[in-house]
Amino acid sequence: MLNEKKNKLFLRIFIGLVFLVMATAQYLIFLWVPEEKTLGVVQKIFYFHVGAAWVAFFAFFIVFVFSILYLATQERRWDRVSAASAEIGTVFTTIVLVTGPIWAKSSWNTWWTWEPRLTTSLILWFIYLAYILIRISAGDVERKAKLAAVFGIIGFLDVPVVFYAVNWWSVSHPMLFGQGKMNLASDMLLTLQVTVAAFTLLYFYLLEKGIAVFRMQDEVNKIKDRLREITD
Amino acid sequence: MNLKKVYWIIWKDIMLEIRAKETIGTMLIFTFLVLVIFAFSFLQPGNRVSSEIIPGIIWVTIAFTGMLGLNRSFLPEKNNDCILGLALAPVEKSMIYFGKVAVNFIFLAGVELLSFPLMAVFFNFRIQGPLLYFILVLLLGTVGFSGTGVFLAALSANTRTSEILLPVVLFPIWIPLILGAVKASGLVLAGRLSDPLWVQSFWSWVRLLAVYDVIFFAVSFMLFDYVLEV
Repeated sequence: MLNEKKNKLFLRIFIGLVFLVMATAQYLIFLWVPEEKTLGVVQKIFYFHVGAAWVAFFAFFIVFVFSILYLATQERRWDRVSAASAEIGTVFTTIVLVTGPIWAKSSWNTWWTWEPRLTTSLILWFIYLAYILIRISAGDVERKAKLAAVFGIIGFLDVPVVFYAVNWWSVSHPMLFGQGKMNLASDMLLTLQVTVAAFTLLYFYLLEKGIAVFRMQDEVNKIKDRLREITD
Repeated sequence: MNLKKVYWIIWKDIMLEIRAKETIGTMLIFTFLVLVIFAFSFLQPGNRVSSEIIPGIIWVTIAFTGMLGLNRSFLPEKNNDCILGLALAPVEKSMIYFGKVAVNFIFLAGVELLSFPLMAVFFNFRIQGPLLYFILVLLLGTVGFSGTGVFLAALSANTRTSEILLPVVLFPIWIPLILGAVKASGLVLAGRLSDPLWVQSFWSWVRLLAVYDVIFFAVSFMLFDYVLEV
């Protein structure tokens, strides 16, 4: 009981932290950081774009790690982490794919380029959707967890291969990020770092919520089973 | 690894095909139909088809045809619970995987072999590079197709929506393979062996195909137990 109280307190503090960092990030993006010279106000979408992209790829890494853990131990709680992480990742990949073209239109004057990172994000999105479709159509709980874990592993390994393939493919096109990193002004870099931190914290907050929902689902199913046993 | 056991799996499926004659014939007719549809979409009577789209036509046709064969590799096993019998057979599950991959490879390679002359006639192209290189690309591509294809076909056969789930699950995983195969075979078809840049980019695509095959074979091999177990 005490432990639960402690957990609740910890969670409250964490929510406060997420809110604080997110609010700071918004302040930095919209009020503090200077506008980009040539692109103007549109460039601000860049912070959301990069933050969401980071979370999208990080979430899939979590899916990969917990899929392996699930297959190794066969414990339900690891599967819940993968499931929650995949759903959050899908949302953030969608954000990347929506903000990307908006930014691209204003800076490269085209909605879509087959640039390696953008293309890899698109394929990542397809893999996420396939992962969720497997979960939906797999039937019973254990089978769902197992098949999804297997696909979580193979899908994650596919992502770097896609990136390299698209990278080679687009060698003849202009590489927009070019040599390693973009040259960012220092206050822009700071804003970006805070935004990425905020998005990461938001991810963990959502992950906790997602896992809780899946746990409740499992409990409801257990109760349903017991009810069925009693009534039969 | 026990080759004899793999051989029995292959024998079983080939025998089934010889007796039922269901899969290969349908795959072949489907291939011809897809080629005709491509001809309608890309060809202008009297003009030569642009050589840049030929590799795309080849690999999209192979991918679609392969999908037909893959759907047939585990779904029929669900009738009369044959899949349970297969899983209970005294062989390691990975041997079943190898057997199924081999069968799929044989079917797909057979269809390719029979449909290539037709492609050459329909689209009037010639392989300008060395034929051996072309066969190498075809081999690596087909091995990769069957390797990941059989694995994910086994996975989706365990779900309720298996036939429509398979392409959605499989194509994202196939994308690097299709990209590499299209580019590599495009380079062979254009064929300038004297150009060092050509040689370099050809081999880098071949390397991608080989790496893809190795990675996904290894992973499928390790994870196949979990897919068949459920």
